Amino acid sequence: MQTASDVKEYREELRQALDNEFLRQAMDSFAVAYRAGRAKAFAGMDVDGLIREIAQAKDDSISRLDELYDEFKRNAEAAGTKVHLAETAEEANQIIAGIAAAAGVKQIVKSKSMTSEETQLNRHLEAGGYEVTETDLGEFIIQLRHEGPTHMVLPAIHLSRYQVADLFSEVTRQKQDVDIERLVKVARRELRPKFAAADMGISGANFAIARTGTIALVTNEGNGRLVTTLPRVHVALVGLDKLTPTLSDALRIIKALPRNATGQAITSYVTWITGPNECVASPTGKKEMHIVFLDNGRRDLAHDPKFAQVLRCVRCGACANVCPIYRMVGGHQYGHIYIGAIGLILTYFFHGRDKAKNLVQNCISCGACKAVCSAGIDLPELIKAVHARIQDETGSSLSNTLLAQALKSRRLFHVLLRSAKLLQRPFTGGGPYLRHLPHMFAKDQSFRALPALADKPFRDTWEEARPRVLNPKWRVALFSGCLHDFVFPEQLNAAVKVMAGRDVALDFPLDQSCCGLPALMMGQAAVAGDVARQNVMAIDPSKFDYILTTCASCASHLKKAYPTLLGHDPQLAARVAEFSTKVIDFSSFVQDVLKLEQADFIGDGKKTAYHAPCHLCRGLGVVAAPRELIGKAGLDYRQSEEEDVCCGFGGTYSTKFPELSAQILKKKLDHVVQSGAELLVTDCPGCILQLRGGLERRGDAIQVRHIAEALADVLTEIPAK
Amino acid sequence: MTNMDELVTYFTQKAQAVSAVVAEVNELRQAFEYTVDLCDRKEACQLLLAGCEAPLSPAAGELCQRRQDKIIAAPGLDAANYQELDTLCRNKGLTLIRDDLRGYLAGIDIGLTVIDYGIAETGTLVLNSNNEEVRLATMISEIHVAVLPKSRLRQSSTDLEKELEAMMRMRPGYTAFITGASRTADIERVLALGVHGPLELHILLWEDR
Ligand code: SF4
Ligand code: SF4
Repeated sequence: MQTASDVKEYREELRQALDNEFLRQAMDSFAVAYRAGRAKAFAGMDVDGLIREIAQAKDDSISRLDELYDEFKRNAEAAGTKVHLAETAEEANQIIAGIAAAAGVKQIVKSKSMTSEETQLNRHLEAGGYEVTETDLGEFIIQLRHEGPTHMVLPAIHLSRYQVADLFSEVTRQKQDVDIERLVKVARRELRPKFAAADMGISGANFAIARTGTIALVTNEGNGRLVTTLPRVHVALVGLDKLTPTLSDALRIIKALPRNATGQAITSYVTWITGPNECVASPTGKKEMHIVFLDNGRRDLAHDPKFAQVLRCVRCGACANVCPIYRMVGGHQYGHIYIGAIGLILTYFFHGRDKAKNLVQNCISCGACKAVCSAGIDLPELIKAVHARIQDETGSSLSNTLLAQALKSRRLFHVLLRSAKLLQRPFTGGGPYLRHLPHMFAKDQSFRALPALADKPFRDTWEEARPRVLNPKWRVALFSGCLHDFVFPEQLNAAVKVMAGRDVALDFPLDQSCCGLPALMMGQAAVAGDVARQNVMAIDPSKFDYILTTCASCASHLKKAYPTLLGHDPQLAARVAEFSTKVIDFSSFVQDVLKLEQADFIGDGKKTAYHAPCHLCRGLGVVAAPRELIGKAGLDYRQSEEEDVCCGFGGTYSTKFPELSAQILKKKLDHVVQSGAELLVTDCPGCILQLRGGLERRGDAIQVRHIAEALADVLTEIPAK
Repeated sequence: MTNMDELVTYFTQKAQAVSAVVAEVNELRQAFEYTVDLCDRKEACQLLLAGCEAPLSPAAGELCQRRQDKIIAAPGLDAANYQELDTLCRNKGLTLIRDDLRGYLAGIDIGLTVIDYGIAETGTLVLNSNNEEVRLATMISEIHVAVLPKSRLRQSSTDLEKELEAMMRMRPGYTAFITGASRTADIERVLALGVHGPLELHILLWEDR
């Protein structure tokens, strides 16, 4: 639940969560176990194909929600179910309370339903005098604690067995042992009389199948079966997004949902209900059955060209399971009701801007969620888009506006960077790091040393350094990105060295500017668009075979985001398409285009670890190239744990949420140290800034090099042509 | 190996992977004997293992008190089969019931059902549960013994789509997919069986041809 009024308060809550040792450990072991379990569950399956099919089928349903609703209603009513449609959360709660009142209900049992969390149904019913009992074990526990879930599938994952034992001792007024098996049985037996006495059962539904008017519940505990069997009245509260045309659509999703949620091939129970079934407890011998569909903004969403895809979500929770931030802070700080990446987005649409405004800033855009989403939702992109919307609605902060304005004009931006160079001089002590930052800048940044700006940016040395190539095989434009231009030009120079003498005609068009990703991360979509346009105009793609960048973040932004940012402009569309197609990252260029071989290097067998930048491995799907190059270069590649987990940089993220950035970095560096490496290689200057700065602070001697540097260091001499 | 043997092996492997006990029987009578024997050997209330002595609140404790005899419920059987099973139960001093399961919400020892279809790919049982007593037998029993005719075994849910669709079309209809025992991982992600439903699932593959 979000209560913080601003980012400052929110950060305070995050700090408290970070201090919760149990939570951190629980989340860590979960993150690691989840990944292994998921991989095993999907082994031998075409996961991407399955996800694509799910996405397509969902998109089709979303595009005709009203039609499906009508069809469902017709068929369900023919079977004797009463079907209701609630426009708002409040209306849904009223309808359900009305059903309870009309049926003379006193006690209610519930099975797990995120939709009823969304509407805060329990609160409403309890205020009406009904006794409501959550019967899913996790929900039962958090209901007793009067708190919300911290995971969509494992609602009580933040609690320890000790806390549960204490809680159950209180409930039974008897001392309970701290033994999970026993505690589970205590819950079983405490809850059974609630089932026996209840006159109404409330469930959610994972699917509402239009063709037959059937709802389906995907569960493990079996409480959903009791909830839909014992009480004489059954109400299912269902989001309109759960409508699906046929059984086969549901069966397809069931192939992915449990595997992606908990690594199970299928859950213990899947229950398919059509119409009011036999019920001995009812005077009519049949149940009274109601299905309440909830709109609460879903129909508007379905028509939103950008955000309609959030309705594809099947609530598997995977996007939280892999999120490095969720792992640090848990669900209470990483969502309002809905949790994880999808939670950040849904909070805005279902619970409003105020609950979402801090949350959407707390995404590092690592893409881990998108890579596992059951429904192929572009989560990081949508989180940024919500952030941008909120800024459009409320106006952005002064510092954001200033930065964005500066980015907009390349000249102004570069002038600022150059004057920063002069200003930093008193703080460097002549070394490569900012040593003596005034306290006001440094107080949260002490977890890593910050590099000083380079003496001369790459662009100032280009004319001199430009290699002359007589018979070029490839014409290549370099795109430096800010960090390689102004902070680490030596890395770009190393790349130039690796390509030297291999018939690559290089150019560095001087009108290029920042790629614009930082603007997007700040929620400044318009500025990001402006900057993108400048770059596409600065580099004429028709003149080059490739547009090469040594920065993984720039590469993925130029390749993946530019078409979306600029593609709608008919005058630019063709040029942008060509531009994006030609963008390539350094490792892929060397491995796949230049095809350098073992003979090109004389490595010294240095023990080398690799960090896979988010924007390379997930953003561009480049996984093998850099690792193969490390091998070819004669370095001794030592795989480390969680190589493809984010380093915690995320550009402006690390300055906005330094505590989190520091913790993610710590984990990363621990793994690198454990690998026994002397050298750490990666593909992105942002990661290098973070990793190097962190190791420097730890006083660790492991060297951090861009892969271009690592290769340049061990090149075999090329005979001059 | 024939196709059927392969399917049986595949199903068995998948069902065992989710903690189901799988055995094969040649005739229904053997399944009855298995069930009676299992019940006879079983503690009166298996929750004992997990602490009947464990302190409960008064309401829950009271419901638990109502249990005495060992009870098997077999609501789905036809008259002749029910008779046969009943004789076996009497010989061992067990009680066999077929209706009014709501009177036994504290729990029964075994629920016995004959399954409609099996899905090998996931070790899943498909059971038409329109009858409330059948539904309850699979929910409130400590052990669910499920007899699965081999002729009803299929490779995947996709191969069953027509049959399932027909079950969805029943008005009303309550169809259950059952895979392994009732489970939870809600406390510290530690797997615990029997949180609300059966603690054990026994599947008897019946050579029905
Ligand atoms: S992009 Fe990364 S940080 Fe952002 S929500 Fe997804 S997993 Fe979490
Ligand atoms: S957004 Fe995707 S990964 Fe997250 S819960 Fe929904 S379907 Fe699962």
